[in-house]
Amino acid sequence: MMKADRTELSLIGVAIAVAIAAQFSPNWLVFTLTLAISTGLVVMGVVMLMRAGLVSFGQGLFYCLGGYAVGLGGRFLGITDALVLIGLGVVATVAIAMILGLLVTRYREIFFAMLSLAFSMILYGILVKSHGLGSTDGFGVVDWTLLWFDSKTGDSANMALMLAIALALLIALFLNRYFKSSIGLACEAIRENEVRVEYMGISRQQTLYINYVIAAAIGSVGGSMTALAAGHVDPTMAYWTISGEFVFIAILGGTGHVAAPFIAALIFTLVRTYAIELAPNAWQMILGIVLLLIILFLPKGIWSLFTRKKGAAS
Amino acid sequence: MTEILKTEGLSRYFGAVTAAENINVTITEGEIVGVIGSNGAGKTTFINMVTGYLPPSKGSISFDGKPIKGLGPRKLMRKGLTRSFQIPQLFLELPVIDNLSIALAAAEHKQFQMLCPVHTPERLKAAEEILEQMHITEYRDEMVTAMPQGARKLLDIAIAMLGKPRMLLLDEPTSGVSMEEKYTLMDTVMEAVRARGLTVLFVEHDMEIVQRYVTRVLAFASGVVIKDGPVDEVLADEKVQELVTGKQHKPTASGGDA
Repeated sequence: MMKADRTELSLIGVAIAVAIAAQFSPNWLVFTLTLAISTGLVVMGVVMLMRAGLVSFGQGLFYCLGGYAVGLGGRFLGITDALVLIGLGVVATVAIAMILGLLVTRYREIFFAMLSLAFSMILYGILVKSHGLGSTDGFGVVDWTLLWFDSKTGDSANMALMLAIALALLIALFLNRYFKSSIGLACEAIRENEVRVEYMGISRQQTLYINYVIAAAIGSVGGSMTALAAGHVDPTMAYWTISGEFVFIAILGGTGHVAAPFIAALIFTLVRTYAIELAPNAWQMILGIVLLLIILFLPKGIWSLFTRKKGAAS
Repeated sequence: MTEILKTEGLSRYFGAVTAAENINVTITEGEIVGVIGSNGAGKTTFINMVTGYLPPSKGSISFDGKPIKGLGPRKLMRKGLTRSFQIPQLFLELPVIDNLSIALAAAEHKQFQMLCPVHTPERLKAAEEILEQMHITEYRDEMVTAMPQGARKLLDIAIAMLGKPRMLLLDEPTSGVSMEEKYTLMDTVMEAVRARGLTVLFVEHDMEIVQRYVTRVLAFASGVVIKDGPVDEVLADEKVQELVTGKQHKPTASGGDA
């Protein structure tokens, strides 16, 4: 039996605290939190790749696949159960990632980034041209259910948040172990020195492939949760600027901890919300300045604030 | 004695440049063989071909009686043939203990484990043992970037040894190491090699090191082996003195330059 470590206990504690606090929070905050957690999940996939030395500008592909699986599953297959819809997204995403991964994990640096972006934009192009799927407008997600809950009659915003918290917790717990496991360390080793990795008897190709497919599956869950919370999907989910946002948030949070993407996603969502409110025509500039400041003063992301404090204390 | 490594007609060309030509070498199990030669003589090309880093243009290589030409580093490592590097190939931004733990996990074929921590008590114990054997215990929790060059060389060799090889190829183990440190480093390495009963082939420029630690020498010049034999015989050879060691080098019974 594996014992829970301090990080895992903290994650469980924070998840419970957020779930309780959400019961007393206004609807806009509940919705913002759900979106931030969903985005944090996709960013977690970006972080997985970054730990292996790969920067993906195409994670929007899997985010979009997860979202559209929820939309299409409800619309064409008559599925309403949220977990089944999310599972459908994961299965579809994993199948596609397993094919794409064979190619993209052979590339590094800018080539990987551009290739991942290209695949994401191909999906965007297909969706934009698909009039049956609403073209650029996308389409609405049907009312969903979860066990006894029905979004038609219940507080769907709150339930979506509870589901997002539960899934994010499970994935964070898994990734906390994954990052400390052999394959997690092998990914970091690949980022550091591929030659030595091969001479250790580790296949960098297989390692990166597994990492890529898992990152895609997690991105899909983020997309599905966004679709369930927002009740709508559209092709911009696969657009490159969305993937760029995920990279932005990953840099903002850093790769040092599983909680970092969620904190960064929340900060990003709040900064963006208020930046749009304060400067509707210059909010991108505000985001740009925030990123510049982070890169200048916290090159290892917001999470390094916590590790610095810990280092200073010890 | 059992033959462990054999190359026949091994050649490597880079366009019109001949980096290695018709290398025929047989190494028996347990031998400690030195490879000498001036810069560009083909020593590292030879090591790179044998360890799968560079595909040969011609010829054959067999390890333990089985052909290994065309096999990559990963498969060769699994067969028991591995190497260290002139410039240590390490994970610079990871702690030393992580460098060793991942090597141990790989040696156990458990590199794809996802839920179990890489730092098991058994692996930590094994890592600490080799750190102690290599006299670099003080760096256990340091990043590799904090290590001096000599310690990095030892860590590089330690990682290679954790793969439980039968034959180890060392590419210039003392290069970049100070005069004071090089004998300590080689003593440490050789002690670890003997404890494991490994066959060793190492490239070296320092003739004092060669005389002190090897029994047999392969002398390379212009991509070919010009002399292969016992260390004193090779170093006394006129051609070797002219093309490799320089005329002034006179081998002595006690080793070292006269």
